[in-house]
Amino acid sequence: MPAVSKGDGMRGLAVFISDIRNCKSKEAEIKRINKELANIRSKFKGDKALDGYSKKKYVCKLLFIFLLGHDIDFGHMEAVNLLSSNKYTEKQIGYLFISVLVNSNSELIRLINNAIKNDLSSRNPTFMCLALHCIANVGSREMAEAFASEIPRILVAGDTMDSVKQSAALCLLRLYKTSPDLVLMGEWTSRVVHLLNDQHMGVVTAAISLITCLSQKNPDEFKTCVSLAVSRLSRIVSSASTDLQDYTYYFVPAPWLSCKLLRLLQCYPPPEDGAVKGRLVECLETILNKAQEPPKSKKVQHSNAKNAILFEAISLIIHYDSEPNLLVRACNQLGQFLQHRETNLRYLALESMCTLASSEFSHEAVKTHIETVINALKTERDVSVRQRAADLLYAMCDRSNAKQIVAEMLSYLETADYSIREEMVLKVAILAEKYAVDYSWYVDTILNLIRIAGDYVSEEVWYRVIQIVINRDDVQGYAAKTVFEALQAPACHENMVKVGGYILGEFGNLIAGDPRSSPLVQFNLLHSKFHLCSVPTRALLLSAYIKFINLFPETKATIQEVLRCDSQIRNSDVELQQRAVEYLKLSSIASTDVLATVLEEMPPFPERESSILAKLKKKKGPGAVSVTELEDSKREGGELNGGGDRGQDTATMAASNASTPSPSADLLGIRSTAPLGAAPASAGSLLVDVFSEAGPTAPSAAVNDDGFLRFVCKNNGVLFENQLLQIGIKSEYRQNLGRMYLFYGNKTSVQFASFTTTVSCPGELQSQLNVQTKPVEPLVEGGAQIQQVLNIECLTDFSDAPLLNIKFRYGGALQNLTLKLPVTINKFFQPTEMTSHDFFQRWKQLSQPQQEAQKIFKANNSMDTEVLKAKLLGLGTALLDNVDPNPENYVCAGVIQTKSQQVGCLLRLEPNAQAQVQHTDSPERVSHNYSSIPNFLHYLSPYSVNI
Amino acid sequence: MIKAILIFNNHGKPRLIRFYQYFAEDMQQQIIRETFHLVSKRDDNVCNFLEGGSLIGGSDYKLIYRHYATLYFVFCVDSSESELGILDLIQVFVETLDKCFENVCELDLIFHMDKVHYILQEVVMGGMVLETNMNEITTQVDVQNRMEKSEGGLSAAPARAVSAVKNMNLPEIPRNINIGDINIKVPSLSPF
Repeated sequence: MPAVSKGDGMRGLAVFISDIRNCKSKEAEIKRINKELANIRSKFKGDKALDGYSKKKYVCKLLFIFLLGHDIDFGHMEAVNLLSSNKYTEKQIGYLFISVLVNSNSELIRLINNAIKNDLSSRNPTFMCLALHCIANVGSREMAEAFASEIPRILVAGDTMDSVKQSAALCLLRLYKTSPDLVLMGEWTSRVVHLLNDQHMGVVTAAISLITCLSQKNPDEFKTCVSLAVSRLSRIVSSASTDLQDYTYYFVPAPWLSCKLLRLLQCYPPPEDGAVKGRLVECLETILNKAQEPPKSKKVQHSNAKNAILFEAISLIIHYDSEPNLLVRACNQLGQFLQHRETNLRYLALESMCTLASSEFSHEAVKTHIETVINALKTERDVSVRQRAADLLYAMCDRSNAKQIVAEMLSYLETADYSIREEMVLKVAILAEKYAVDYSWYVDTILNLIRIAGDYVSEEVWYRVIQIVINRDDVQGYAAKTVFEALQAPACHENMVKVGGYILGEFGNLIAGDPRSSPLVQFNLLHSKFHLCSVPTRALLLSAYIKFINLFPETKATIQEVLRCDSQIRNSDVELQQRAVEYLKLSSIASTDVLATVLEEMPPFPERESSILAKLKKKKGPGAVSVTELEDSKREGGELNGGGDRGQDTATMAASNASTPSPSADLLGIRSTAPLGAAPASAGSLLVDVFSEAGPTAPSAAVNDDGFLRFVCKNNGVLFENQLLQIGIKSEYRQNLGRMYLFYGNKTSVQFASFTTTVSCPGELQSQLNVQTKPVEPLVEGGAQIQQVLNIECLTDFSDAPLLNIKFRYGGALQNLTLKLPVTINKFFQPTEMTSHDFFQRWKQLSQPQQEAQKIFKANNSMDTEVLKAKLLGLGTALLDNVDPNPENYVCAGVIQTKSQQVGCLLRLEPNAQAQVQHTDSPERVSHNYSSIPNFLHYLSPYSVNI
Repeated sequence: MIKAILIFNNHGKPRLIRFYQYFAEDMQQQIIRETFHLVSKRDDNVCNFLEGGSLIGGSDYKLIYRHYATLYFVFCVDSSESELGILDLIQVFVETLDKCFENVCELDLIFHMDKVHYILQEVVMGGMVLETNMNEITTQVDVQNRMEKSEGGLSAAPARAVSAVKNMNLPEIPRNINIGDINIKVPSLSPF
């Protein structure tokens, strides 16, 4: 019985913990903690050298305080000292502190590395494991540099103990994940694959995670693992439940390892070798058979373990998608689980069936479960399960059952949880469009959608219904009639008013023959909603009114009266006022012919992928964050007139009506124009910044930004230097936070007086970036260096850089200097690894014009692969190998982290060596309309070559 | 990969936090709060999986949890892990704790945070599973204990102190609750 020796604890620690537990209030607790922190600090700072035991005790206390949610900003050094203790317990707590509290950017890494190096060479397996754990948990690049060549050696050496091998395998995996470029393949790789055959199951367990990761990245080099994995799996599956002794978990032999083996096989296509394939199919059949056998134990652990293997086997069958027999069996098995009393199994069955639904062999079989799934959507108590049911309904939907599924989803929406409504709305909208046989059903569905869940209907959804109505003559009359009826409701959602205004403005004439919906009735109906609407909707309605004047001359007097009233023509909102004034003028001076031309019916929109689909994909994409509201709000206000400049209203309207909208124009033609309208100012200035040395002068000539440009792709270096002063920078970034150390060095032998520095965020930047710092000492002695720390938080995307102003007196003369601080949006990149498949799938999804930026430019210097790579890594993205089919190209991916949102970003650089041109053909795509990212990435362009 | 392991009690007090991906300290605390909020409002017999909160990475990550007496054990994992497998892993971890602490209870986790970390380290390393065999894990823990004993000269006195302190906090006799296969003592705790 390896009971923890509870007694060997530390008395001081236990007393401290009890004290905390006895605190009656939060204040008392904080007081006690602060007292303790002060005590520990003084002990650490004191003259008396602490013995190992005391250090250990204090470090332990710090860990406990950290757990309670308090920042620990000292003690790191003491923990590092403990590493070199030769007492195991002290070493152990030192390592624990470091792996919990030290991040990979810490300056202590070098010291830690020394201790690790000693322990690794100690040949004491327990010490070696501690060191390997530390590397695996911290996983910094510096550690990879130091140990990437050493670990593989330990892993495959014949005399390494099993427990060390296990740790070494996972340690190497971590290093490979953080710095794949440093882990070089070599002679060890083939031996790693053979660890699948290792006697010790623990070694196999650890090694298989490593092999899976390596196989995903280098499938060819590791493909021998397939046959080894199959034979290992076969041995486990066919073993009696007692064969594997300790690795038998509740009567199931090695469940964890079996799952991992099945996962590994999912990295590869079905084995080509007939014998191997036969053996694998046999395994899969055995697993499916076992599911039907009576359970060997009633314990939930037994069924969990058994089913964990079963679900992985089913995933593999679905992945292969080539064995109709197995697929149908898998589907039947999942069908059983759909009605199982264990909620977990129902959840997993719904999830797995989703993937099964896309296979042609099993799609029909999945469809037979429709009633069960609908029932799950209605009756499951757990929202997680209901969500999976909704996903499955979406996946199994086709022309034959669309009406039923859409109706069910609509009725579910009335009571659905808020958290999944938006996604449900998108799904309903997509299914309604995709499987619409008659478009009147489609219109009904969308209007119902707006009625039931108006708040969750995004712009895309109502844009799309209008786009479709405009493109299809046969549904226009019906649509006009239906919206007219829908608007009769005493309270209708604003989105309904938008759709109604737009459609009646275009097609109101189609129902005007009926006296119940005569032009004036239509107008009065719309206008009765006017005062309840927001400004963008009102603007849309005003445009509908002017269209009415054209359609129905008899309404002219009434509408002019409305436009003329003070609440319109003197509206405090400039957009509304301008529309009212212009429409009034237009209606009174233009001849009927001119009016008819200007206000002609909207031409059909070019066919293209639904923007709703794009949105749903985006939601599922990397860093899915709903930022569309934000971008939509920017676009509003230009609905009817093609989003052109309001100043030339009539001209734009004429233009947008007379000619087909430009191919990139979205529904209502505003998508392409709005970002363009918004971007030029910032884009312009950014480009100027980049090229400031060569051409046009930077906006503020006083700002010195020579140094700035060099820091786009690096974090440390000298920002500025003249005869008096040198300014060095060291910076580190994590997520949306950054810390920058500025070092001001006095190069003269004379003191600088009244030395002050101010950091400011000009203009918009103030709301985008939060920079905090403390004032520096006003005196800088000759030859001395002072340091300043800036804490930076990125709130949202930004394009300008903060300014650093430095003032000091040197020999009586006031020196004044302003520099741009190299804080650029790419500093908040988080590299993202993905496979080729994922990459291109995401790439293709980002097809809207504002999600993409492209630049072709000439390389100023020769294009050196290593230098280019370094630049791209410096940008902060992950450089993905083996992704682009053309090895010459560079492909990167990352997520920009800001406080308000995360933005996935993909980049492709296509150098053309002959022409010395970097042809960045569609070089970057941004998963959201994120105006400054594409602009910003232009930085890269000159930068990746201006080396 | 396992992104984080969080153990907190029914009041949301963290008892062990282990992140295998870097998050700033205050973010870690926010994640704990968010996770507690997500998990604690769920009934005991709903399913053990749910999508991760927005702070930890949203729908790309799953929270897989188990609720034992006063404690929640939550693993945040990506799509490369088997859900049921992780559920078993949590069970293995808890059974191991139970073995090592002889009927583990929340107080053991509080007063022996370091030990709990060491046991966890034998199961999960850098976010990947190192060992799933309980006997192997306890053997390693045993080795550590023996090394600790052989070093500890000061062990006797604190031992008494700790148990005294521990008993001090137990105004009632602990009642045993049988959950699955483990007995976890549930002392009535004064929340702090």
